[in-house]
Amino acid sequence: MSRIVNKFSWKVGGAAGDGILNAGLQMFAKTCLRGGLQVFATAEYPSLIRGGHNNLDVHVCAEPVHSHTKDTNLLVAFNKETIDKHKHELTEGAGVIFDGDNVKVEENEFDKKVRLYPVPLLKLANENGGKVMRNTVALGATMALLDFDMTIFNQVVSDNFLKKKGQGIVDSNIKAAKAGFDYIKSTQKEEFGWKLEKQERENNLFMSGNEAIAAGAIKGGCKFYSAYPMTPASSVMINLAAQERNFGIVVKHTEDELAAVNMAVGAAFAGVRSATGTSGGGFCLMAEGFGLANMSETPIVMVEAMRPGPGSGMATHTSQGDLRFLMHVSTDEAPRIIIAPGDIEECFFRTIDAFNLAEKYQMPVIILTDKFLAESYATAVEYDVSNVKIERGKLMTDAEAAKETDYRRYRITEDGISPRAIPSQKGAIHVASSYEHDEHGNECEDEDNRVAMHDKRFRKLDNADKDIDRPKTYGDGDLNILSWGSTKGPVLEAQKLLEKDGIKTKFTHVVFMSPFPTKEMTDLAKDPNLIIVENNKTALFAGMIREHTGLEIERKVLRYDGRGFAPEDIHKGVKEILNGKKEVVFSRHGITRSE
Amino acid sequence: MASIAELTPKETPTWCPGCGDFTILSSLKNAIAEAGLKPEETVIASGIGCGSKAPHYVKTYGFESLHGRGIPAATGAKLANHKLNVLVVAGDGDTYGIGCNHFMHTMRRNLNMTFVIQDNAIYGLTKGQTSPTSQQGFKSNSTPTGVLEEPVNPVRWAIIAGATYVARGYAMDINHLKELIVGALKHNGMSVVDVLQPCVTYNKVNTAPWYNERVYHIKDHNVKDKEAAMKLADNEWGDKIPIGLFYHEKDKPTYEEGIPQIAKQPLKDHDISNVDISKLLLKYK
Ligand SMILES: Cc1ncc(C[n+]2csc(CCOP(=O)(O)OP(=O)(O)O)c2C)c(N)n1
Ligand code: SF4
Repeated sequence: MSRIVNKFSWKVGGAAGDGILNAGLQMFAKTCLRGGLQVFATAEYPSLIRGGHNNLDVHVCAEPVHSHTKDTNLLVAFNKETIDKHKHELTEGAGVIFDGDNVKVEENEFDKKVRLYPVPLLKLANENGGKVMRNTVALGATMALLDFDMTIFNQVVSDNFLKKKGQGIVDSNIKAAKAGFDYIKSTQKEEFGWKLEKQERENNLFMSGNEAIAAGAIKGGCKFYSAYPMTPASSVMINLAAQERNFGIVVKHTEDELAAVNMAVGAAFAGVRSATGTSGGGFCLMAEGFGLANMSETPIVMVEAMRPGPGSGMATHTSQGDLRFLMHVSTDEAPRIIIAPGDIEECFFRTIDAFNLAEKYQMPVIILTDKFLAESYATAVEYDVSNVKIERGKLMTDAEAAKETDYRRYRITEDGISPRAIPSQKGAIHVASSYEHDEHGNECEDEDNRVAMHDKRFRKLDNADKDIDRPKTYGDGDLNILSWGSTKGPVLEAQKLLEKDGIKTKFTHVVFMSPFPTKEMTDLAKDPNLIIVENNKTALFAGMIREHTGLEIERKVLRYDGRGFAPEDIHKGVKEILNGKKEVVFSRHGITRSE
Repeated sequence: MASIAELTPKETPTWCPGCGDFTILSSLKNAIAEAGLKPEETVIASGIGCGSKAPHYVKTYGFESLHGRGIPAATGAKLANHKLNVLVVAGDGDTYGIGCNHFMHTMRRNLNMTFVIQDNAIYGLTKGQTSPTSQQGFKSNSTPTGVLEEPVNPVRWAIIAGATYVARGYAMDINHLKELIVGALKHNGMSVVDVLQPCVTYNKVNTAPWYNERVYHIKDHNVKDKEAAMKLADNEWGDKIPIGLFYHEKDKPTYEEGIPQIAKQPLKDHDISNVDISKLLLKYK
């Protein structure tokens, strides 16, 4: 049988706290990246520090890859639980690396033909630097099965550890990997069915959604980030904090989310680009501050990485359940821009947009992600930032402010946007207020003023609507698929699977959720065969389309078990719908409801 | 330096005649003038309440935020541009009730900011409910049978939490209060002036005559002695109420001084037109 080259899916699993996620990401995935391959990696881990089950999927391809896959070609299992949990995901001929000294597995436990590779992981680790080296031994064994170039791996190890831990740690990792490599080579009877080969690389990056958002914030001129840790948003703060001295940013871990949002507002009022970030629970506490930013027309960026709720929900899992909440959060009606990027490139560039839009339209901008996007890693061609512009809208210069004789911070203008002055500027002293106010910013409860001000604030949104990217389409075919935010990758991969079955699809993906893309959604929702894909129970976006267009989308593929879609789910769901079903719901076990 | 006339905008206060907020406002304006703050380089942030309307009545930059959130808003402004003189003016409900978490944490940060609390021991704007500084047994429409808790002791709280200039003023002692605020503005670090304020409409217990009988200027007290300051704050509330400077710690480094990113220029003045991130991206290759 000829070997499959550069299309491979690896999974590693074990107890939380064993460092397997890091090893997989920082060593295995990076080695693939350096070998010129495209990688997508996503981890599943419990909200615990030790114990519990962790696993990481790494999907490696020659061509761009947008998602993990349900299929596993090689499973590295640090315990029996990993095998029991994931054996059904193994493909025909897949391999299982495990510690034969500790774990007993028989071939007849599997429903397909698999190859078992018992490797004395712990023993080899102990001989080469100690128990922590188990991960590295397993990586060496993986490299051996794939016949992948160890020189790249060794270089990655050195880059990883030399500065932080010294040459000694580099050497023992290289030795441990070699021990795993050699063990496979000396015991292996047949060739493994998959192989990775180096290819000419483009200048690729490998990063998570949150890392891309942090990098976008830095490029976008963010100078102040105040936040309170909450999974899965925390790593935006952590990544920015790591860079604060390199880029002259102040990152403040505040006493709570109330402080986080209000500090960001205060900093923006004083003239810097500022942001905050949290998950749904924290955003509940930020609701009033969001309204303050709205009413005082202070530009801030707010990152919301969703996780399943309500309440504390499932901290380390994913959901698209906060869409409605964010569409309406705040007292009364308040205009807002909501951006839901679909991949890491969009996380980077749309974050830069967010800072520009916030200042141009003087309103809060929300970047809406979820655990699946925020904490999944993918390859992207190095960002071309040559076209990035920093647009500060109607922020006045000191000279412009000095010329003012009757400065009105909330001047009623045609586009709703008023020239904005900041403290330290002579000639434009004013009070910004969370109360309804007149043009000068003085509290005002007059009816006509109220209407004029409320209209003015909403006019900004009408203008923003002309300024933002429209929904994009991918592929072409008679069958329309629609999704928003983080489901983009799995849908793109599902399109490939459908195409193999001869089903050609046109996929529309929405990033700008507010201002609402009414025109495009009206055109699309008129198609009675349209299928919407959402990572929630009640198809929130479909509900919004009904609200804005009066059109009902009946065909839905949904998942709300806290996990992201695999492309295979969407592939299957679409086929169910083509067979006459309307609503298909997935979980780990496949379809859980189809009616 | 601005004159009082230059610090006075067109807006006129909407407070009840006789409200202590009027005299606090004039002490505040006098102090700003005397300390020589430039109006355009000064920000007064507030929360929500009767007293929190003060930013509208002083011609400096102002930010009337949310109930309890004047402090974080001010902190954000200060970190964005630490050259600004940043003040927070807010009520006792705002500060020791809904905004208490911010109050405690802001004290320990020791930012160079000044906090003036209009402490009328009542919720004025919402028409007369008990506040965290209302005395035990105080009756109000939210506590018709009297407050069960002991009141907050603002001076003690501020000292314990780490403020480096802690004073208590009295609204009707205008000149003395002005001096305390001038001292606060000149202090390099977190300064707090809790101001005893009669609310003529809703607090019929802690009235001006009640305070007049009790307040006295602190004398013969070592302001560097933390323990003595706390004792003074703890022991004397009743027949005698000391007003003046309780605690002053001069050389504690400020929060801003611990941030090298702003040593050369405020964040506001950093050039963001073309940030070079190529080095950062190396990490991801
Ligand atoms: C989140 C929130 N809760 C409640 C209120 C209503 N509210 C406005 S002012 C106030 C209390 C005012 O008391 P204080 O802070 O002591 O100021 P004063 O009016 O006495 O000057 C309350 C409860 C509000 N504006 N926002
Ligand atoms: S209610 Fe009390 S605090 Fe409010 S303005 Fe009237 S007197 Fe002043």
